[in-house]
Amino acid sequence: MKIAIIDYEIGNLANVYNAWRRLGQDPVITRDPAVIRDAALVELPGVGAIRDAMANLQKFDLIPLLTEQVRAGKFFMGICLGMHALFETDYEGGKYQCLGFLPGEVVPFQTKLKVPHMGWNELEFRQPHWLQKNLPAHPYVYFVHSYHKTPAATPDVIATADYDGPVPAICGRDNVLGMQFHPEKSGPVGAQLLQNVLDYVQKG
Amino acid sequence: MLAKRIVPCLDVRDGRVVKGKQFKNIQDVDDPVKLGKFYSDQMADELVFYDITASYEKRHIFIDVVRAVAEEINIPFTIGGGISSIDDFHQVLRAGADKVSVNSAAVRRPELIREAAERYGSQCVVLSIDAKRDGQGSWQVYVDGGRKNTGLDAIAWAKQGVALGAGEICINSMDSDGEKSGFDLALNHRLSTELPVPIIASGGAGTMKDFKDVFDAGADAALAASVFHFGQIAIPDLKAYLQGEGIPMRGAEK
Repeated sequence: MKIAIIDYEIGNLANVYNAWRRLGQDPVITRDPAVIRDAALVELPGVGAIRDAMANLQKFDLIPLLTEQVRAGKFFMGICLGMHALFETDYEGGKYQCLGFLPGEVVPFQTKLKVPHMGWNELEFRQPHWLQKNLPAHPYVYFVHSYHKTPAATPDVIATADYDGPVPAICGRDNVLGMQFHPEKSGPVGAQLLQNVLDYVQKG
Repeated sequence: MLAKRIVPCLDVRDGRVVKGKQFKNIQDVDDPVKLGKFYSDQMADELVFYDITASYEKRHIFIDVVRAVAEEINIPFTIGGGISSIDDFHQVLRAGADKVSVNSAAVRRPELIREAAERYGSQCVVLSIDAKRDGQGSWQVYVDGGRKNTGLDAIAWAKQGVALGAGEICINSMDSDGEKSGFDLALNHRLSTELPVPIIASGGAGTMKDFKDVFDAGADAALAASVFHFGQIAIPDLKAYLQGEGIPMRGAEK
């Protein structure tokens, strides 16, 4: 399958690239509009701060392109900071307008627990979903984040993790999907999630 | 619920794992990628690869190891040993490491922590501390492989490290290290209560109960080498035991 990993100079793209390679795919790390338009699956990874992420998407003139692609039905997937970018507004160190592909905001954790929320936590699916194929009931996945999507109980929150309350872990609707955790670092469960995405996109 | 983490540590010299023992199921136990994969398949939660190569000229061999690990292994891993500059951070992160641990270099130049955290994010900066009891209820920080006492108080240094941007503290108790008589519970308890970041306990693991005790003391992760490498404790058994003791473990759920 043609997979485009968006190269917008945010964080390390090698790990998401390696994860697809392990599944027998040959993804391309790119910001070339032609390659992005040609892909069946577009992935926006990201580790870092939303300010830099949105600024770089702007700098490389990717926002109109990604918006056009999502509206045309392209399967679009955001990971971690890349998921945060899918929502409308992000309050990480200021107030930033994001892509607005999904309704909601991103806010800092308000908890007495340690922040970042770092380590392996269990997914609780809020609705039956195609991503659950071949997964245990409460799969563990690897999180590292200090901000999270809110509110937690909306129709597009597919799964949550419990960290002093429900934290949105998988969000999406139609052809847009976000994962707060790192599937590329989540062992066999993460690999299965990515395989499920491949199968879903392939079936069309 | 957030799981507590089990972290095997692999010492690597000239691209090969030091102190390994034969495991029935792996052919080449000295290959860091193969041994790492073995632990990953056993549901280790994270791995640490520690470069103990003496010569700087051979550094590229270790970077190749990091790259190969990142290609093969799909759990988070930390790189430590010989990290003394932002350029070292850059090299291992670009090769695919998730986190980088600094020790002596951060004591010599604490600003390194801030620079790395600002550039790459706190989540990938682990401050590793070698601490030894001073006989008066405190712990002192040692550097250069535990050879030199800095006179710094370990708790104060850990706090300073977090203030500078360290996202995790790996605390290695020199009193317990290699003794297999249990982790330093008092030290881990102090750090876990007083610091807002995860604590990785290191040094002293001998029995499965040692892990339970240090998690009860507040540690978020427990690191060990020889009990795993010499096959004294198998990770699946350890996780099943800890889960049975009420400590949340990934890979031991029903």
